[in-house]
Amino acid sequence: MAESGPVSASPGASAPGDGSDGEAIVAIPVRHRGRWVAAAIILVLAAQFVHWLVTDTALNWDVVRQYLFSSPILTGVVNTIKLTIIAMIMGAVLGVILAIMRLSKNPIVSGVAWLYIWFFRGTPVLVQLIFWFNLPTVLRSISVGIPFGPSWFARDPKDLITALIAVCLGLGLNEAAYMAEIARAGILSVDEGQVEAASALGMTRLQAMRRIVLPQAMRVIIPPTGNETISMLKTTSLAVFVSYNELLGAATNIYSRTYQVIPLLIVASLWYLFLTSILTFGQYYLERYFARGALRELPPTPLQKLRMMALRNPGGAVRGP
Amino acid sequence: MTPMVQAQGVRKSFGKLEVLKGIDLEVAPRDVFCLIGPSGSGKSTFLRCINHLEKVNAGRLSVDGELVGYRQQGDKLYELRDKEVCQKRQEIGMVFQHFNLFPHMTAVGNVMEAPIRVKGESKVVVRERALKLLDRVGLGDKCDSYPTQLSGGQQQRVAIARALAMEPKLMLFDEPTSALDPELVGEVLDVMRDLASEGMTMIVVTHEMGFAREVGDALVFMDEGVVVEAGTPRDVIANPRHERTQSFLSKVL
Repeated sequence: MAESGPVSASPGASAPGDGSDGEAIVAIPVRHRGRWVAAAIILVLAAQFVHWLVTDTALNWDVVRQYLFSSPILTGVVNTIKLTIIAMIMGAVLGVILAIMRLSKNPIVSGVAWLYIWFFRGTPVLVQLIFWFNLPTVLRSISVGIPFGPSWFARDPKDLITALIAVCLGLGLNEAAYMAEIARAGILSVDEGQVEAASALGMTRLQAMRRIVLPQAMRVIIPPTGNETISMLKTTSLAVFVSYNELLGAATNIYSRTYQVIPLLIVASLWYLFLTSILTFGQYYLERYFARGALRELPPTPLQKLRMMALRNPGGAVRGP
Repeated sequence: MTPMVQAQGVRKSFGKLEVLKGIDLEVAPRDVFCLIGPSGSGKSTFLRCINHLEKVNAGRLSVDGELVGYRQQGDKLYELRDKEVCQKRQEIGMVFQHFNLFPHMTAVGNVMEAPIRVKGESKVVVRERALKLLDRVGLGDKCDSYPTQLSGGQQQRVAIARALAMEPKLMLFDEPTSALDPELVGEVLDVMRDLASEGMTMIVVTHEMGFAREVGDALVFMDEGVVVEAGTPRDVIANPRHERTQSFLSKVL
């Protein structure tokens, strides 16, 4: 193995020197034949799939095109977005409160939070959703007043709990249990010295939490929250069961009339994919924002990356063997 | 003259482990008071008791004539509310071994945070003061850097500026140079030396015997939760009377 110079180059490469004067290495790269074979097989399979997508008339692409931007589907899209936003805000706010409660020194406060998380994580979200929708059948009235005393406000639960409210309660309260654990992990990830430094400066515990701990916890909280939001976007489809008209509900309504099941599922899926893509993109920028101070240099945005590649490789030429 | 800090029989336990076993000492205003001793001797714990980051179990500890963490009415002691504790802490600055800068804020942001949030001062006034303080610790050009972009010595100097921004009457230093690379120790000690010459009362837990000898007005050697020896730094370091002090000094000098 040992050759004269510190750098060995295969013969056949343009006359290598002995390398001692810092000459650039010119070597023939290792060939990966297995990779080429695998790539070829995958390309053939993909081509077959695309061919089927384009040529099979049973997929009825004109039906997809007809319904993709139709008004019932667009209403469904808006409702899906609305549900996702409401449920995630409910989940995040309640989740952070629950996380702080769980970390409280008061055993009753932390116990209640623990019980909440235990219950709402322990039962299927679909069960909770149907439960809230059917609650008016067992509750005679909802009232606000002095406990066990007179009430100032009483209403029939049937008027209060609409399909929208039932879905929001079901999804939001369930999400809070998951968000609580995510937020707790985030809070625990912040070094204890941070709270100490804040206290030593005279900040109250609430100030330290809001100004010092939570902003740093966000770095740990954001990625799984993005995940939860994307997951929530699709979980909203469970609202079909209480006949709330979101994206999948709208698609179902149409195909139960026209029997075009697959084309309408494609319509719904295209919209779901579009929405999750936007969320993925947004998550990237949110992570970048909360990474300030934690990294010496922020990673480039996709646009900056493209620009850098264009500069390094003018004309987009790819070098190969 | 009331002592800045007065401890009488101060005890502190963590569970069954007694870390402070009756500490008696006095720190005069404008003094630089050095605490030395082997690790686990309780010197950091004592420092943290002074601004009530740790609760004292027995004895009396007072800062500028006022009890730490309690209020005495007649012969009864009342625990202070969180808000009152925070109020008292504003007057005591603390510098930590690991700096504990807020990583999501710039250097000037770190310095401005407490005066704005805790004292409710106006941003404009605080910013001006913060820039002056950073300039004073030699970091006038690093205001907008985040802590990760600074060296350890620079971070510790920002931490000192952050504590000074609250205009404290007492500064606590908990091994401020122990986490630093040797060549960065000097710049932090220089800032502390300046501070001492301006008459700031300082309690410094340190292993820097040179600093203690040169700047310190008083020095205490602690071991296993008790004060073993106290005196002027020159005296204690040059002629330690106690055997434990001798063996400790022979290891660090």
